[in-house]
Order: sequence, then C-alpha cells, then structure tokens
Amino acid sequence: MAEAHPVGFQWVMEAKLRGTKVFHVDPRFTRTSALADTYLPIRAGTDIALLGGVVRYILENELDFREYVLAYTNAATIVSEEFVDAEDGDGIFSGFDPETGAYDQTSWQYAGQEGHSGSMDTTSERDTAAGLRHESHGAPIPGQVLRDASLQHPRCVYQILKRHYARYTPEMVERVCGIPQEKFLELARAWTENSGRERTGALVYSVGWTQHSVGVQYIRTGAIIQTLLGNMGRPGGGIMALRGHASIQGSTDIPTLFNLLPGYLPMPQHDKHRTFDEWTASIHHPGQKGFWANARAYCASLLKAYWGDAATPENDFCYGYMPRMTGDHGTYQQVLNMIDGKVKGYFLLGQNPAVGSAHGRAQRLGMANLDWLVVRDLFMIESATFWRNGPEVESGEIVPEQCRTEVFFLPAASHVEKEGTFTQTQRLLQWREKALDPPGDARSELWFFYHLGRKLREKLAGSDKPRDRALLDLAWDYPTHGPLAEPSGEAVLREINGFEVATGRPLGGFTEAKDDGSTAMGCWIYSGVYADGVNQANRRKPRHEQNWVAGEWGWAWPANRRTLYNRASADPDGRPWSERKKYIWWDEQKGEWTGYDVPDFEKTKPPSYRPEPGTSGPAGIAGDDPFVMQADGKAWLYAPSGVVDGPLPTHYEPVESPMRNPLYQQQANPARKMYPHPINSVNPSPPEGQWRVFPYVFTVSRLTEHHTAGGMSRMVRPLAELQPEMFVEVSPELAAEVGLTHLGWAHLVSGRAVIEAKVLVTDRLTPLRVEGRIIHQVWLPYHFGFEGMVTGDSANDLFGIVLDPNVLIQESKVGTCDIRPGRRPTGVALREMVEDYRRRAGIGPERHDPVVTPPDSGAPDAS
Amino acid sequence: MGIRTFIEGWPVYRQLTGTDPLGRGAAAQSARSAELTARTETADSMARSVCPYCAVGCGQRVYVKDGQVTQIEGDWDSPISRGRLCPKGAASKSLVNSPLRQTKVRYRRPYATEWEDLDLDVALDMIADRVLAARDETWEDVDAEGRPLNRTLGISSLGGATLDNEENYLIKKLFTAMGALQIENQARI
Repeated sequence: MAEAHPVGFQWVMEAKLRGTKVFHVDPRFTRTSALADTYLPIRAGTDIALLGGVVRYILENELDFREYVLAYTNAATIVSEEFVDAEDGDGIFSGFDPETGAYDQTSWQYAGQEGHSGSMDTTSERDTAAGLRHESHGAPIPGQVLRDASLQHPRCVYQILKRHYARYTPEMVERVCGIPQEKFLELARAWTENSGRERTGALVYSVGWTQHSVGVQYIRTGAIIQTLLGNMGRPGGGIMALRGHASIQGSTDIPTLFNLLPGYLPMPQHDKHRTFDEWTASIHHPGQKGFWANARAYCASLLKAYWGDAATPENDFCYGYMPRMTGDHGTYQQVLNMIDGKVKGYFLLGQNPAVGSAHGRAQRLGMANLDWLVVRDLFMIESATFWRNGPEVESGEIVPEQCRTEVFFLPAASHVEKEGTFTQTQRLLQWREKALDPPGDARSELWFFYHLGRKLREKLAGSDKPRDRALLDLAWDYPTHGPLAEPSGEAVLREINGFEVATGRPLGGFTEAKDDGSTAMGCWIYSGVYADGVNQANRRKPRHEQNWVAGEWGWAWPANRRTLYNRASADPDGRPWSERKKYIWWDEQKGEWTGYDVPDFEKTKPPSYRPEPGTSGPAGIAGDDPFVMQADGKAWLYAPSGVVDGPLPTHYEPVESPMRNPLYQQQANPARKMYPHPINSVNPSPPEGQWRVFPYVFTVSRLTEHHTAGGMSRMVRPLAELQPEMFVEVSPELAAEVGLTHLGWAHLVSGRAVIEAKVLVTDRLTPLRVEGRIIHQVWLPYHFGFEGMVTGDSANDLFGIVLDPNVLIQESKVGTCDIRPGRRPTGVALREMVEDYRRRAGIGPERHDPVVTPPDSGAPDAS
Repeated sequence: MGIRTFIEGWPVYRQLTGTDPLGRGAAAQSARSAELTARTETADSMARSVCPYCAVGCGQRVYVKDGQVTQIEGDWDSPISRGRLCPKGAASKSLVNSPLRQTKVRYRRPYATEWEDLDLDVALDMIADRVLAARDETWEDVDAEGRPLNRTLGISSLGGATLDNEENYLIKKLFTAMGALQIENQARI
C-alpha cells in the first residue's frame, strides 16, 4: 500500500500513531513492510491457507463476535444434506463435472431449497464472468431458510465452516505458506483481539489477491474473517480494495466490459434473455426479498436513456436492439481470436496491452493480425509501435513490410484538459474542472465518441437495414461548446443520474425510477449524483468544515453512503455496539435511523420490524437484517450461489507451482478458466516431474515511481529518472545458487518468453522453508517496455493465460520460471531458447494442462 | 556596503532579532529569494482537479498561465489526501507537459515501415468507414435456432479505467448500439 497507494497509506500511519498494530503479508519486503509492526513473507499464491488458518483459529477458540454473527450472518442457516465438502472430496466439492470443468450448484443450496439450481448454469456463468454482477448485490436465493440459533446443527453453516477449516492448523499454515507458526499466531491473536463491541480490524488488499486463478476466493476468505469478527459495516472495519487506476471503479460501475451494463445489470444472453421480461425477471427474481425487486425499473430506465423517444413500453423499450452474448467475449478470448484472424478492428483507449496484459507476445501478434487498429493515448506506447519496434520484429516474427495492420494514432486529452468525474477506490465520484484546452489534435474520449457516433449516424441516414435502427434511434443529441465542439460532460452526467422524461427534472435517486417509460436513468447506482440539478460530485467543502466522514466532499454511490451496510454498526435493537464505535443508530424519538453517515437502510424502518412470511422486495427485509442487497439480508459466510468455484474458499496451488498441494489430491482450482490454443501454454507443476525445468517462483508488482504498463510514467522525466531500468530482485541465497551478481544481468525463462533484467541481490526476498525444501521466489516490476525515456523487457511476457472463473481475471501474480546469469540471446536464438525449454518441459500441442489432477505416478521425479 | 547593512544581512542576526526565531522564514531569505514569487500566485487561473494515476483520488489544484500548466499542487481541502501527492501525482505537471506528448494524428498504412501525418477529420471519417465495413462483414442477426444476436464480433475495444465516467458511458452506449460486444478495460486485468 505504501508503494502503490502512498497517499492512502497516510491513514494507516495515522491509525498506527493511535495504537493500531499493522501487519503486512507479501512475498517481498516493501516500503509497506518497513512501516508495519510485523511483516510476514509468504509463498506467492497461498493466501487462502493463511486466511483459512485464521478462520480455524477463530472457530476453534470461539473468538467470533457471537451476537453479530448470530443476528447478521448466515451462520445459523442449515445447508442441504446433498452438499459434500471439498474436505471429503479430496479438493473437489459436490456437483463437479470433469467434462466441462464446472460445478452444478444444486447440492450447495440451503436445506429445503434443493430444487433451486443456484444462480445460473455455471459454465455460462464462468464464460460471462457473472461474479462481477455481485459487486452491487448478492446472488439470488429463495428468502425463507431453516436456522438453528444454537449453531449446533451439524449442517448449519457454522459447523460446516468449522469442519472445512479444521485442517488449516498453524502447522499446516507453515507447511503451505512458509510462515513460521509463531508469526502466524501473532497475526491471528492481534486480528481476533480487535473484534467485538469496542474494537474492529480492517483488511486492505489489491491485485495481489485478485490476479490469481482463485482470486475471488481469496477475497471471500477475507470476508469470512471480517464477518465472523463483526468488522463489516462498522467504522474502522471493512475490506478495502485498493484499485490502481484513477477511475477503474467507475469503468466497472459504468462498465466498458463485455458482460455488464451500467449498474451491474447483466448484458443479455442469447438463450436466457430472449425477451425484456426474461431479462428483467432474471435480475429481480420475482418473489425475492431485497432491493433488486425494483430491477425492472432500472432496466427500463436504462433503455429509455439509450433510445429516448423510440423506447416505449409497447416495444419493450427497444430491448430487441441489444446485442447478445453467447459465451466468453473477454479480452483474452478476443486476443486469441485476433491471432486466428476473426477480429477486424481494435480500439485501444488509454490501455497498453503490449506491456500490461499477460502473455505480451500473444497480445502483439494479435494486434499484428488486424485490419485496423485505433490507438488513443497521450504517448506513443508499445501497443501503437509493435509493428516496427516490438521484440517480435527483432525475432523475425513480425516483418513490417508483411504486417497488414493499418494503425491510426489519435492523441488524447490529459486529465486537466477536459472535465468530468473519476470514481475513486471508495466509490466516491469527484468532478474535475477543466484547466485548459488540449494541444493540437488531442481530444477527449467524450469528443471522439460523440463525433464518431455522429458520423456513423450521418453515414447510415436513410438506411433501411434493421441492424442500423439501433444506431439511428439512439438518443445522441448532447450539446457541444467551444471551438473544438466539445460535448458537455455535465449533460452526460445528468443522463447518468436520470431525469423525468416529461419535464426533464433530474431525479433525486434510484427509488424514483419507473418501469413505465416515464424516467430515463443511465446508471441507477449513480442516481442522486445530479440531484436537484446540482453536480454533487463537484462538492468541495473543506475537510475542516465538516465531520470526519466528510460526506459533503464529492458524492459516493449509492445515495452518498460512505460505509456500506452501516446498519451493522448498531446492534439488532438499533443501539450503537459501543460509544467508541458509534456510527449509525435508531433514534426512537424521531422514529428514524441517524448518525454520521447516510444510513444504508430504509430510513424509517424500525429495528423491531418483522415481515410477514413470504413478503418480497424491500419489505421482506427485517429491521435487523443489515445486508439489504442480499436476498436474505445476511452476510454470507457460506455462499450457496454466485461463486462458481465453490461455496467455501479452499486452498489450491497456483496453476504453475513447484509444490504439490499439501491439502488435497487436487492440485489447482478445477474450475479455472483455461484457454487451449497453440500460442498459450502452462508450465508443468507436480505431480508432473517436468516442473523442475521451471524451478523458481516469480511474482510482479508496482514501484511507487511508475504506473501500470508505464504509459504515464516512463514517458515522464522525473519518474523515468527515479526508476530508470528493469531489474529483478533475488535473495543472496538464490544469487549464490544460480551464480548471479549484484548489478550484473540475468535472464528469466518461462514457456512463453525469455526476458532480461539487471540483478538486485537483496534480503527483501526470503527463501522459504516449505515441507523441508527451500522455495526461492524472485520479484519483478511490470512497468517496462520498449518505448519511452527508459526501456526494458516486459515482465508480463513471461505469463501464460489462465483465469479466475468468477471474473475472468488472469493469474499474473505468480508463475514459474528458470533464471540464469547473463543477458538473453537476441534474434532467432531467442525463440530457440524458449523452444528448448518447452521441449524439455514437454510443452507442446500434445500436452493438456489437467483439469482434475491425475494420481501421483510414484516416480521419484514426482515431488 | 556599510557595516550595519552587512550585519543586518547576516541571517543569524535576523533570526535573533527578528520575527523568525526558528530561522525557517524571513530570516533565512536571501535578497534573491525575497524577490521570487510562487507560480501559484502569478497564475491566470486555477482548476480543482483529481490526480490521474491510482484510485486513491487525491485532490489537485492545477495552475495555468499564458495557456500553459505552470504548477500542479495537492489540494489541502481534500479529506482524502489533505494536500499530499506521491511522486507520480507530484510529477503530473511533467506528465501533461512531457516532451513526448503526441499532439498530431499519426497514420501507418498496411505494410508501411513509417508513420505519416493525417488530418484529424479525415482520420475520424476513415475510422467510421472501417467500423461500418467491419460490422457489415461480421454481422450476426440470429443464432442457429433463430434467436436474436444483433451483434458483431469483428470489433474489439480495450481501455476505460483512465477515462471519465461520462466517457465510459458514451463508449458503452455507442458500442452497444453498434452491436459491438467486445468491450473490455483494465478492470479485467
């Protein structure tokens, strides 16, 4: 956090000054470790074992915050007797189909709901990254459940959890993670001591957790701990995701993603969402409890915002215009399709996949096989120049005279040369004022897309093709201003907020959305950002003039709530858990919820409210059910739906690992998303003996002085000077083993690429003693590429493509490699070296990465 | 220079006798630094902005003089950042003023070995033509069972996390109306 989000880290230091104990878990000692009380080096890719150890410590010692757990979580809920835990299935839960590599979720359901097949068909859920939808709400389940408040029923969630994590002992944590037992116990004690009415603990993570083939389950394990300890919805608690781009949260909420529409509405699927009614019913699930009951109004209002006057209740608001998904249309599938010649044109909008995405060579070869490519950026990035300066030109794989891709480079406006909102990592929208006009031909994306749309519509005017109706009927009349004819960002924000169609009055919030065509609303969760016709994201009341929650600085979704589920900061009767941790409470006199933040609960619903059985919608949520976006109003320790690779997190080895899974026969996540393709490959892991060809673990991350793929930092003089070259950090022990010298060169080889880097020998990397063996890990920054003021080989070239099944994020925080002294070969010899490694590792068309781990051969090579 | 002027020009004397006993302000000032004016004071205008790098969302104040960004500072009113910026945020002025900034459209013909210049309007027109052609070549009306698809898988787009919400909104809206499904951004990686 101190490295990649330094200014956010000031709050950790503030907390430390007030007595907070700070723990840092990382494969490498960083600037964060230097400021933490305790640093725990970990074997990359084993966090579920560590966190599972903490879950076991809590349950075995009964250290959970019992009042919170009983009232606010599904700990007491009874699960179907058909459920078989991975502990009893050698690493695989019930419902697994080895043919598809996917789970049927029927057996995971709550007791009495066995007829419910889970959130969806899991194969298509995986292909469409359906887990992302749950960023705003839980998965559907029927509302009525069986509970045992004594928590003694053998199939209640509490007991299932206890059995599932029984083997995650301190000894096991040491065996899997390489963390000594005393260090683990120090963490477990501190975490559990900061729980209860008077105390809380906070958890912070970033892409070190998400970029794994089991990434979502890492975060789920953190959520189980934070829920058991009563740390959700309370001040000083929570799970904070530190995101890495200025508006990466905004581009997820208002998604430039294939599988989502604004506000986490699903993109329609060809077989399940044939009609508007099928689509909306799949979201709100008639009869279900909670706030998703209003989804039909959000859907209708979105289509009304898209197609304006043409969208009417009679024509289902032009739902027929919507494109439909048939499977995986994600970025990695797209790149493989480019290599196979299926994609004609590609837009790159401030992203540099030639450096920033896994398997850089696949990215560059894909771009070299397009009809046309449009790059919009501040700088001449690698993704614009791969055809003349890329490593494949040197190796002879791309010959400029034979590369057919037509490239348009369009300069972009910088953040000070346009106005608009960014959504930062806590869901807070902040408006930026424009300081000056962009130089020369540089333009904003708002300008480019508005005018591109205008041109497309001009060219299609008079077309009678049905396919062109969606463009011609589009509501695309944004006012423009100035000599550049820049569209009005405020007009777009107003449409996002929503308005009453008849009067144009901006809506005050999403509760005003209607399903009869009388409201238009571009993104329901952002509704309220333009309430009363005021740009609420532009509020800048100085911090000294308001309380510490600072609710009048910018605007947070939903409804300007700064802490989600903050009803949980009060006890079931609505009283603060303690004076010290007071945040939101029930004011008996006024008959409403009040406090320092906007209550994340119906304002006048008393704590004593109990719905009649069978009540659906928001009215079905009781006055003591704080988790209002969940179908049962409870935080889920066990997820009967919505997580495609299991209802509970369990430890799997990374897809590339030098270690056999100490917990199960199953080595890696059996539901991971794999891409068999000639250009893609996975380095072998045990029990396959050829893992020894790639004996070392590598991981990558950021430096303070650089940003992501370097497009905004290697091009900037002071930053380029501060971190001028690519390097690899190795421990003194590994340097001695391989023969590396400090400040000398090394090259690293995987089944995909060989890259070189200067050597930094440092004890920031710790050799880990695991199962009587020494595991060496090396670390690389992933910022470098072949353009800019400072250049170097790209670490992401080393990775293959394998993804988390819930959200289709690649495993790019851990892989295996070999490391050798000296510089890498150049030209044709470079590919020959990789081919030699592939031959020795048995990587080729005949080798398939096994979904289900085959039995150990017993051969001496199989470690 | 008289002896008195000489003594009064000595910082220690000023520190001991003046209003700056810690010697961190007026006492330490040389004649040259006394004449300097902060760029923040001479700016023509100031815009309230937000740092473009990570997602912490630090407040920035952007100072402009004569059509140039002359300074970018942390916004001390911000409850998020309290006026602080990290090395990247503090280098934002060098980002927007970088000598490597591209300000002209560049065009590479198929099989060419060099870039050429291209007029912006012409480029926009050529791109619009290519979008329509790619769409026509790869359009899918219905699936094998006659269910609507309304789409093209011949067009892809990547990027959005460095852009504004309003921009992401227009991108998604336009591509959806074009039938272009394959939109992705940094959130996927």
